[in-house]
Parts: sequence; structure tokens; C-alpha cells
Amino acid sequence: MARREIELRVNGRSLRGSAEPRTTLADFLRDELGLTGTHLGCEHGVCGACTILLDGRSVRSCLLFALQAQGSELRTVEGLADPDGPLHPIQEAFSEHHGLQCGFCTPGFLMSVCELLADDPDPGEQEIRAYLSGNLCRCTGYQNIVAAVQAAAGKLREAGAGGPGGSRVAPRGTGGPGG
Amino acid sequence: MKPPPFEYVAPASLEEAVAALGEHGDEAKALAGGQSLVPLLAFRLAAPSVLVDLNGVAGLDHLGADGDRLVIGALARQRAVERLPGLGRRCPMLAEAVAQVGHVAIRNRGTVGGSLAHADPAAEWPALALALDGECQVVGPRGTRTVPVEDLLVSYFTTTLEPDELITELRLTLPGGRVGSTFVELARRHGDFAIVGVGALLGLTSDGSVALARLTLIGVGERAVRARRAETLLEGERPSDELLDEAAAAVDEAISPTSDLHGSAGYRRQVARVLTRRALATARARAEGKEEGPDGQA
Ligand SMILES: Cc1cc2nc3c(=O)[nH]c(=O)nc-3n(C[C@H](O)[C@H](O)[C@H](O)COP(=O)(O)OP(=O)(O)OC[C@H]3O[C@@H](n4cnc5c(N)ncnc54)[C@H](O)[C@@H]3O)c2cc1C
Ligand code: FES
Ligand code: FES
Repeated sequence: MARREIELRVNGRSLRGSAEPRTTLADFLRDELGLTGTHLGCEHGVCGACTILLDGRSVRSCLLFALQAQGSELRTVEGLADPDGPLHPIQEAFSEHHGLQCGFCTPGFLMSVCELLADDPDPGEQEIRAYLSGNLCRCTGYQNIVAAVQAAAGKLREAGAGGPGGSRVAPRGTGGPGG
Repeated sequence: MKPPPFEYVAPASLEEAVAALGEHGDEAKALAGGQSLVPLLAFRLAAPSVLVDLNGVAGLDHLGADGDRLVIGALARQRAVERLPGLGRRCPMLAEAVAQVGHVAIRNRGTVGGSLAHADPAAEWPALALALDGECQVVGPRGTRTVPVEDLLVSYFTTTLEPDELITELRLTLPGGRVGSTFVELARRHGDFAIVGVGALLGLTSDGSVALARLTLIGVGERAVRARRAETLLEGERPSDELLDEAAAAVDEAISPTSDLHGSAGYRRQVARVLTRRALATARARAEGKEEGPDGQA
């Protein structure tokens, strides 16, 4: 099938590329745009490794076609910290609390946590577990991930400044899925 | 795996979408949230030559109350329903069921129309629709029709929709007054498809007997079912513990579970009875004002 042009914004930058209709958004990000921070585990929606934010809401990039992202605003793990700057507070907390080992699942977790902390800056353990139930980790046993999220929430609340809804993490898109 | 090649069309209006489906017949498939269809493509269990993307179709994602009715556009995301303010108090069954559909990221994309059309026998939406007198508005080249969800569901992943028809809206009736409801499930992990799920709703008269009973089950056969004899046992009677036991036992004849790797048919029958009994107790406590529903915000 013929390739089509796609224009979209990723981490605040306008980018363009082309893809066949059957190319998933995940493959487009990785292969066409070179953004390999978004990982692919199962390619059918179960593992959560490919989770990104589309117009501020978490989505599986393996279950969207690249053509469907035409004109939208994406956030991927590459957008969390500036290349030369310090880690994002959520990343820092994962590092400090051993919320990762091999790191394969981590980009998906980080993006899901962005949405969680934008929805609720002070989530309880049950809520954290419910939001992260769609992200699988084969290494950590989850305990440290939950601790990292609690610590990240604390850091972001302390930093104040509008909390994690600040533009760097999880912009609340207009007309995004779920409103 | 990767999806097989297909042609992609993105109509802007319902008329164009129906025309595109009509033109390609069995070869075309509508694409809504993609949370069921895209995995099927990745597994090569489906290989349509044309995908008609509904996401750009205007006017399909409305969501709102109309008197005692809740009107849900087919393209409304499951997460949007979940986030309706006050839903947990107005209809705990609905709030609890939706929160158990997959995960947040799945509900951010997955649509209500897509879930009904997909007709997974373990999916929550068909059961909710059965419990709340759901009817779908269906649009095709031959016009518009209204289909009670009871008549939409046929069997595993099978509905009475024609290939060129689209669900445009689901309408639910939320009973008012002294009503209590809940939706309980047994699943391996939070967010997994239910092994068995039960929705229960009880409405009470001012003297405390059952005016209205609804029991729906998922994961117990080829489609979501209502346990009508159990409902009849309850209606007009006082909801004593013994009566709830009797009603829970009566769901057995409404279900036809099969065995799979998650559990044997016998196990599912047992779980269906136990979950029904628990769901009825919760619905009764809520109807009697002894227990509150969830606050509706996840
Ligand atoms: C990891 C994971 C876990 C999940 N867990 C659950 C769960 O616990 N419970 C549950 O219920 N679901 C679950 N789902 C499925 C999810 O809820 C789906 O979103 C839903 O079943 C289908 O909705 P959709 O909008 O994604 O439809 P799509 O995948 O886009 O389409 C599904 C089917 O419906 C057809 N269709 C879509 N919209 C219409 C329409 N308006 N009119 C006519 N036909 C239409 C399509 O052609 C296709 O055949 C899960 C999915 C994943 C990936
Ligand atoms: S790769 Fe997308 S959910 Fe596993
Ligand atoms: S850190 Fe290895 S899979 Fe999660």
C-alpha cells in the first residue's frame, strides 16, 4: 500500500514522516522518527511497554496506526528530561527507589505515571496499582515501582508550580480521548 | 506480529462511513478504538482489505443524561463514561463495571460502540446494557433502526449487525428511587477479562420488598445473559437472606459455561452462584441506604 505523509508534534517539536496504513504508531516513532525510547513487547496491547501520551492521555502506541496520529500532540519518554539536563522527578524517583532493573518496561511505566499524577497529585497505593495494572514488569515485583510513584508524587507536590500537569509532563490536550 | 496490508479510509461523516462500508461489503471493517480489532489484525485473525476509521466521524462521541436515560455515542471512550461526575452514586453498577474494563490506557481509546459490536462473551458493556434495558441505534444504507441489546447479541463475537451497519448510540435506562446495584468480577489480575462477572440491581418499594430485580452474567457462555428466573423469584418478595440464596442458585439454569484454561465449566458455575449471592447482598445494602456506592472517580 502506498505510503502517506504524516505531520504531528512529538515532545513539543513538529515532525513529519511517511508510513503505510498498516504501520503502527509505535513502529513509526521507532523506525521512521528514530525515537526508540518507546519499547515494544507484545505488540497486541497487553504489556504496556509502548505506552505514550496522545493529547495528554495514555495510549498503547502498538494499537494505533501512524496515520491516526496525523496532527496530534504526542509525549514519549524522550520528552521527560532535556537531553543535557537533570532527570525528570519521576525518573529520579524510579532510579532512587529501584523502580527498574533491566529497564525494558520503564518508558511505558513512566508515561502511565505522568497521566496518573496529572489526574491525581496524591494517589493512594490502590489507585497507583489500578493505574499501573496495564504495565507489566518482569523484574521488579512492582513493590519498588509503587514506592517510586509515591516518592515522585511527593517531589512534584513539593516542587509545586502547578504540579505534574505542568506543560513538560502531561499537557491536557484539547479534544483528547476521554476529554 | 504486524498487521497485514489494508487500505485506510477516514470518513468525516456518518453517511460517508456507511457508504464506504457498503461499497466494500465483507472486505471492510470499521475501526473505532482499535483495542480489540488491532490485536486481531496483529495475530492475523482478521485481514480486512479496507479499514474505515470512525475516529474522524463528527457527532458520534456525545455522552449525557436525558431524564432517566444515559445516552452514549458509539465513539464515546469508555474512560469518558467512567469520568462522568457522580456516576458512582447514580449507578454504582455502571461505575464499577467500567472501572474493570482492561486498563486506563485501554479505556482511553476503547469505545462503547466497539465493545458492543465486538460482543466478547466476557466483556462488561453487553451485560451493563442488558441490565439497564439498553437499546442501540443502528444506521446502515437501508436507514436507521433501534435494536434492543438483547436482540443484538448472538454468540461469541457475533451480533445481528449487517457488515454495512454501524452502531451510532447506546441508550441506557437508569432506574431511580430506592435502587441499589453493583458489578462484581473474578479475574486473574485487575484489568484482565473476567473469568465470571455479575451485575445485580435491586429496586425496593417503600415497604422494602423487591419492585425491580436485574441480574446479568458474563464469562458463562457464548454471550452475556440475564438470569430471568432468578429475577422473577426476587420480584414482589422481601429480600431475605434465604431468598437471595435461592435467587443465586437459580442463575445456574441461565448459564452455559464451558471449560478453558482459566477454569472448568463446573468451577464457573460455582463462581457464578457465589458472586451472584455477594452482588445481591451489596445491591440490597445499597438500596436500603446501608452502604454507599463508589464515588465514581478512579
Ligand atoms: C489488554 C486489553 C485488555 C482488555 N480488557 C477488557 C476487559 O476486561 N473487558 C472488556 O470488555 N474489554 C476489554 N478489552 C477490549 C476493549 O474494551 C475494547 O476497546 C473493546 O472491546 C472494543 O472497542 P474498540 O472501540 O476498541 O473497538 P475496535 O477494536 O475498534 O473494534 C472492535 C470491533 O467492533 C467493530 N466496531 C467498532 N465500532 C463499531 C460501531 N460503532 N458499529 C459497528 N461496529 C463497530 C469493529 O469493526 C470491530 O469488528 C481489552 C483490550 C485490551 C487490549
Ligand atoms: S507492545 Fe504495546 S502493549 Fe505490548
Ligand atoms: S525492569 Fe525489567 S521488565 Fe521491568
